[in-house]
Amino acid sequence: MTGIQLFTYFAFLVAFIAILRKVLRYATAPESMRWELYPVPHEKGRAEYGGSYFEELDWWTKERETDLFNELKEMFSEIVFLKGIFHHNKKVWNSSFPFHFGLYMTIGWLVLLMTGGILEAFFGMTVDSQGGFFSTAVYYLTIPLGFGGLALAGLGAFGLFIWRSTDKTQKKFNAPIDFFNLIAFTVTAAVALAASIMYDPTFSFLRSYTGSLLTFSAISSPNVLLTAEIILLAFLTLLIPITKMSHFVAKYFLYHSVRWNDQNNERGSKIEKNILELLNKQVGWSADHIRTGKTWGEVITEPKNEEK
Amino acid sequence: MKKNDIDVKEFGKKVDQLFELNVEDLPKLPYPYEDWVDKVYPDVSEARKESTDISLDGILNVAVPKIEDAEEKAKMVANFLEGLKKLLSKEDNWTFLKPFLLSLDNCVGCNTCSGACPVFEESGEVDIYRPLFRSEILRRIIKKYNSPMGTITAKISGHDIELNWELIARLAQLAYRCTLCRRCAQTCPMGVDNGLISREIRKLFSMELGISPQELHEDGTIKQLETGSSTGLSPVALMDLMEFAEEDITDRTGLEHKFPFDKSGADILLIHNAGEFLSWPENLEAFAILFDIAGLSWTLSSEQVGYDSVNYGLFYDDAQYAKVTLKHAEIAKKLGVRKVVLGECGHAHKATMAIGDKVWVGESNIPRESCLVTMEDIVMNEKVMVDPERNNFPVTYHDPCNVTRSMGIVEPQRRVLRKICPQFREMTPHGVDNYCCGGGSGFAIMQSHNFPEWKLQISGRKKFRQILEAFTKEELDPGVRKYVCAPCSNCKGQIRDLLTYYEAWDRCQILYGGLVELIINCMVDVREGYIEWDDFH
Repeated sequence: MTGIQLFTYFAFLVAFIAILRKVLRYATAPESMRWELYPVPHEKGRAEYGGSYFEELDWWTKERETDLFNELKEMFSEIVFLKGIFHHNKKVWNSSFPFHFGLYMTIGWLVLLMTGGILEAFFGMTVDSQGGFFSTAVYYLTIPLGFGGLALAGLGAFGLFIWRSTDKTQKKFNAPIDFFNLIAFTVTAAVALAASIMYDPTFSFLRSYTGSLLTFSAISSPNVLLTAEIILLAFLTLLIPITKMSHFVAKYFLYHSVRWNDQNNERGSKIEKNILELLNKQVGWSADHIRTGKTWGEVITEPKNEEK
Repeated sequence: MKKNDIDVKEFGKKVDQLFELNVEDLPKLPYPYEDWVDKVYPDVSEARKESTDISLDGILNVAVPKIEDAEEKAKMVANFLEGLKKLLSKEDNWTFLKPFLLSLDNCVGCNTCSGACPVFEESGEVDIYRPLFRSEILRRIIKKYNSPMGTITAKISGHDIELNWELIARLAQLAYRCTLCRRCAQTCPMGVDNGLISREIRKLFSMELGISPQELHEDGTIKQLETGSSTGLSPVALMDLMEFAEEDITDRTGLEHKFPFDKSGADILLIHNAGEFLSWPENLEAFAILFDIAGLSWTLSSEQVGYDSVNYGLFYDDAQYAKVTLKHAEIAKKLGVRKVVLGECGHAHKATMAIGDKVWVGESNIPRESCLVTMEDIVMNEKVMVDPERNNFPVTYHDPCNVTRSMGIVEPQRRVLRKICPQFREMTPHGVDNYCCGGGSGFAIMQSHNFPEWKLQISGRKKFRQILEAFTKEELDPGVRKYVCAPCSNCKGQIRDLLTYYEAWDRCQILYGGLVELIINCMVDVREGYIEWDDFH
C-alpha cells in the first residue's frame, strides 16, 4: 500500500461515516408536527397551482390521489437543473448550475473509472478502444465525462467564488471555510485537468489506480501531478461530507419529511402511536406558565393556566 | 449606525440602539400615492425606555425587561443557553426538532430568501431584517456555545459571535420582525425555513425565559384559557352579543334568525375567530344566514374557548398552542359533531387543521374543514341562488398565508369569486406566491407603543402596494367603490389598519371584508345591500 492509497481509503471512510451520521441525525428525529409548504408536487391535479386535498369537501372521506410521476419530475428538475434557484436567483444559478452539473458528470466519471477498474482487475479485460462492446463503451464514456465534469465543476466553483468574494452581503454570511471549499474545488479541477491532459488523457492510470484500491494491491503514481490529482480528489471526498457542501442529505429530508410531507394522521395510525408515546416525555422548559417535570400530556391538558 | 453596515458579529455591540429606522428610506408607493409622506416613527415613552430594552431598532412589540446588574445579565445568558439546549433536545422540542435541525444545518448563505421577504424589501433593505440574519445569529451561538470545542472553531472559522445580554435582548426583538409568512422558505434552494427559525427563537424566549408579547401571551392564550376568548369575551357576554347580532340580521336583511348553540349531534361545529363578534359581526351573521338558507345542520359552542378559534400559541409557544387546540377538540368531541368548520381565520385553519393534525389524536380526532370549502359547495352546487350583478364592482382577493402557502387551499374561494363577482381580479403575485398582509404571526393584534407604525409602514407596505396595483388608475378614482376580499380575521384587521393609515377609503374608496359577506350580498333570498359601503370600520 502506498501513502496516497491509504489516504484515499481514509477519505472514503471519513466520508461514509460523516454521511451516515447526518442521515441518522435526521432520520432518528422524533415525529414532528406538520410543516408542509405548498405547492406539493404529488397533489394530483392540484400541484400546478399549489392546491391540496384540504380543498375537497369532507376530504377525510375521499380516496387520496397522488401523482408520483409529477413528484419525480419535480425532483428531476430540481436535482438536475436546480429549478428553484433558476427561478429565484438567476445570478447564483449561472455558476451554481455548471458547478452542480459538473459534479454529477464527475461522479459519473468516477463510477466509470471504478467500473473500468473492476473489469480490468476482476475480469481480466482491457478497457481501451480495441476491447469488446462494454469495455469500449466504458472507455469512450469516461473521457468526455471526466474532462467535461472537471471543467464545468471547476468553472462553476470559480464563478461561485468570484460571486461570494465580490458581493458585499455574501461576505457577511459566509465563513472563510465556504470560500476555502470553493477554492478547493477550483484547484482540484484545475490540477486534475492539467494532470489528465499532460499525463493521462484516456484516464488509464486512474482506472488502474481505482482497480488497485478494489484489489488492495499497491500502485505508485508515475509523477507528481498525478499524485497531486489523487490527493486532491481524495481530500474533496473527505471535505464534502464534513462541511455544508453535503447539503444533498438534508435537502432530501427537508423536501420529503417536511416540505412535501402532507401525510395526515388517522385514528389508530402509526403517527398517532408515535405522538401518544411522545406525550409521555417529560417537559423541561422552565417558564412560569409551564409545569416543569410533568409529561407533555399532563402539561397540555391541565384544566387552567396554573402558574407554578 | 447605517442600515447596511451591521455585521452579525456586531449584534451584541454595547450601543444604545443598533439601528435607527428612517421613513425617508422607505420605497415609494405607486399611483395615487407617489407623494405620500409617511409619519415619523413615534418614540417609545420615557417610562417605557427606562424599564424595557428597545436597543434593536427603537421599535417595541416584545418587552424585554432592561437589566443593569452584571450578575442578573449573566444569569439571563445562562438561562438562554439552557433554553437553547432544550430547543435542540428530543424531549423538550420533539414537536419541531426535525424541521428545525434541517433548517439550522443547511443554509448555504446564498441570500435568495432576502429577495422574497416583504419586510426586508419594504424597509428599504435594512440588513438586520434579512431572513437569514437572525438565523445566522442563532447558528453561530449554537456552533460556539453548544458544540464541542465551539469556542476554538468559532475563532478559526472567522464566524465568531459574543453572546451577551444585549445580544439576547435584541434577538428576542428580531424574532418579532418576521411575520412567519414562509415566503422565504418557498424560494430557498435548500428548503431552509427562516420563518420556522424565527418561531423557534420565539419559543425559546417564551417557554424558557417567559418573554413574549403581552398581546400573544397574557392577553392572548392565557386570557383565552381563563375567560374563553383572547378578546375577553365570556360565555355570558357572548350571549348578549348574539342577541344583538340576531336583531342586526333582521335590520339588515329582514330575515328572522336564531343562532344555534350547543346543538348536540349537529353535523357541523362552526368556530369563528372571536374578533368577528366584536369587530365584524356582519361576518358571523352572514355565515348564519348562508348556512341556514343552504339547509346545513350546524351549531356554535357557548363553552369557554369553544366560540373562539384563535390560537396564538401557534406563533410562539407549543404548550400554549396545544392547550388551546385540545380545548377545541374536547368541545367538538363532547358535542358529537361530524366535523368542525373553521370560520374566516387563517391561523386558526393552520392551528386546528394542519398542526392540529397530530394533536387531535384518538377519540378527539374529529375531522376539520375550511369554511372556504363549505362555501364553495354551497355556492357552486347552487344550494343558494345568487345574482352576481349585485357584486358588479371591482373585487380583488388577498390570500391568507396560513390558508394558502401552508395548507394549499387556493382554488375553492376563487371558484366562488369568479362566479359571484363579475369584476374579480387577482393581485400580483397571488395564490401560494402571495405576500403576507403584514399582520401575520400576531402582528395584527399588536397595537401598543410604536409597533403599529412599523407594521403599517414596513411589514404591510407590500400588501398595500399590491392592493393599489390590483386596480386600474380609473378604478382608483374615489368615485368607484372597490372591495378587498380577505377571508381571515387577522388579515382583515391589518388591512383595515392599512386602509385607515393610508387614508385609502377617503382617497380611493377601497373597502375590505370577508368572502361570506360577498356571497350574502348577491343572494337573491336576501335584501339588497348587505355590504354597507358607507360604514368603513
